[in-house]
Amino acid sequence: MPVRRVLADPLMWVGLLFAGLLLGMNEFRPVLRWAFPQTVPVIYDRASFPMLFLAHLALVATASAAAATVGVALAVFVTRPAGAPFRVTVGTLVAIGQTFPPVAVLAIAVPLIGFGARPTIIALFLYGLLPIVENGIAGLEGVPADVREAADGMGLSAVQRLFAVELPLAASVILAGIRISVTIAIGTAAIGSTVGALSLGTPIFDGLVADNLPFVIEGAVLVALFAIVTDMGFARLDRRLRRHAVAG
Amino acid sequence: MIELDHITKRYDGRAVVDDLSLSVAEGEFCILLGPSGCGKSTMLRIINRLVVADAGTVRIAGEETTALRPEILRRRIGYAIQSTGLFPHWTVADNVATVPRLLKWPPKRVAARVDELLELLRLEPRLYRNKYQHQLSGGEKQRVGVARALAADPELLLMDEPFGAVDPVTRDALQAELLRIHRATRKTIIFVTHDVDEALRLASSIAIMDKGRVVQHAAPLELLQRPATGFVADFVGRQGLGLKLLAVRRVAERARDDETAPGQPVPLEASLRDALSAMTERGTDRLPVADAAGRRVGVIALADLVR
Repeated sequence: MPVRRVLADPLMWVGLLFAGLLLGMNEFRPVLRWAFPQTVPVIYDRASFPMLFLAHLALVATASAAAATVGVALAVFVTRPAGAPFRVTVGTLVAIGQTFPPVAVLAIAVPLIGFGARPTIIALFLYGLLPIVENGIAGLEGVPADVREAADGMGLSAVQRLFAVELPLAASVILAGIRISVTIAIGTAAIGSTVGALSLGTPIFDGLVADNLPFVIEGAVLVALFAIVTDMGFARLDRRLRRHAVAG
Repeated sequence: MIELDHITKRYDGRAVVDDLSLSVAEGEFCILLGPSGCGKSTMLRIINRLVVADAGTVRIAGEETTALRPEILRRRIGYAIQSTGLFPHWTVADNVATVPRLLKWPPKRVAARVDELLELLRLEPRLYRNKYQHQLSGGEKQRVGVARALAADPELLLMDEPFGAVDPVTRDALQAELLRIHRATRKTIIFVTHDVDEALRLASSIAIMDKGRVVQHAAPLELLQRPATGFVADFVGRQGLGLKLLAVRRVAERARDDETAPGQPVPLEASLRDALSAMTERGTDRLPVADAAGRRVGVIALADLVR
């Protein structure tokens, strides 16, 4: 019963809630007025929420696409015989990227490349690399040795083995890394507002500066919902990928 | 004809394969038999260049294996291993089709070949074509592994303890299938095992290996009757030698063709050991013998076994 399946789908409901809030935050004006009688205005009005969302999405998509591309490429490289000697170095460098708090990256990046979206994207990229590289290596190394041996024994070339056997079998683990990375990036991108990047974090920081709690709540709820919807979307993709991977 | 010519492979200075020479005639079912660590698996992988030898040459039909790129060489050599190494994200049909697709066969020919092989391995194509590895039993996986190895009609089949991980009943059935396939296709097979009974049952020749060398290469019967060294005699086993001799001899060698007997016949291709077993089981000293077509062609008697 497809209709019932659609209705019972949590991703659809949370997605609808998120879209509804993005487009119809104004409908909550009476509630917020009642809850925060001292605050004016109660609805963030310096930019529209859909626009903030698109800006936020652009930051995350750019940074995560770059992190996924570079991260998977690095994982592939260090799991090839030619790249094996670099494995430890790459692991260390990527881990250092992760230990830097994103705020510190922003603080360093701004004097070098100025305010705006670019330092934010760099911070998100560096910060998001570690889970992707780590899971990429784990996924590729988790391909059973006998499957790799069979692939070689059948006469697959190294490239054919990578694309036809190793990456598909590692896909689920690699995807888990990308999922962590993107979810973190959605939360972290909000901080980009401190250096002038437009995002759903902008109402949060404007609200903190102006002592306007409704702004903070509006931004925070939207960022959280964005992260949750994305995570649920990845969960769905993962189930689809795993269909044939394991089981009894 | 496969010629292994003075092959040496060292790991950390220790020779795993030590100046080994062996030649296997076309159509032969050659078994590399020896204890763990004798270098038999390494030798097998040197043939398809999964392992690179430090010295020596391998020639297949007179051509050195190093003349081809490894991938090209391997597509011409079937390879089946104990753990099967089936691709878990591909269906049975896709797995079997691996090498034909690498060779860019047209899809229709690939599909026809897949069905033909599944039938050869007694896996009903309609039921098994679209299954995944995790839906198969150990024996079925092994059948798919063998089908995949045979898919592109390779001139040579390498098998590394393919039946080592399945239960005895399944192993017995798979050995019978492999013998049948070998008789039908006359492919050259090089098969690694440490199981003496398996070797005696399957082989047309056995190369006994010890410490990276071939100690004796001979037909099973000769190996039992004239072991070259004490090691060979010990390894093939002094105990139960008589039964092993019966295991390598066929009913066809001893049957009398001018008599008849009642009861379920044994095939000409059966071993004398099977005949003895059937006699013991049925409490009789004479069994009728039938040819491949099921026609009764004679009798085998208890006295014939010990003749």
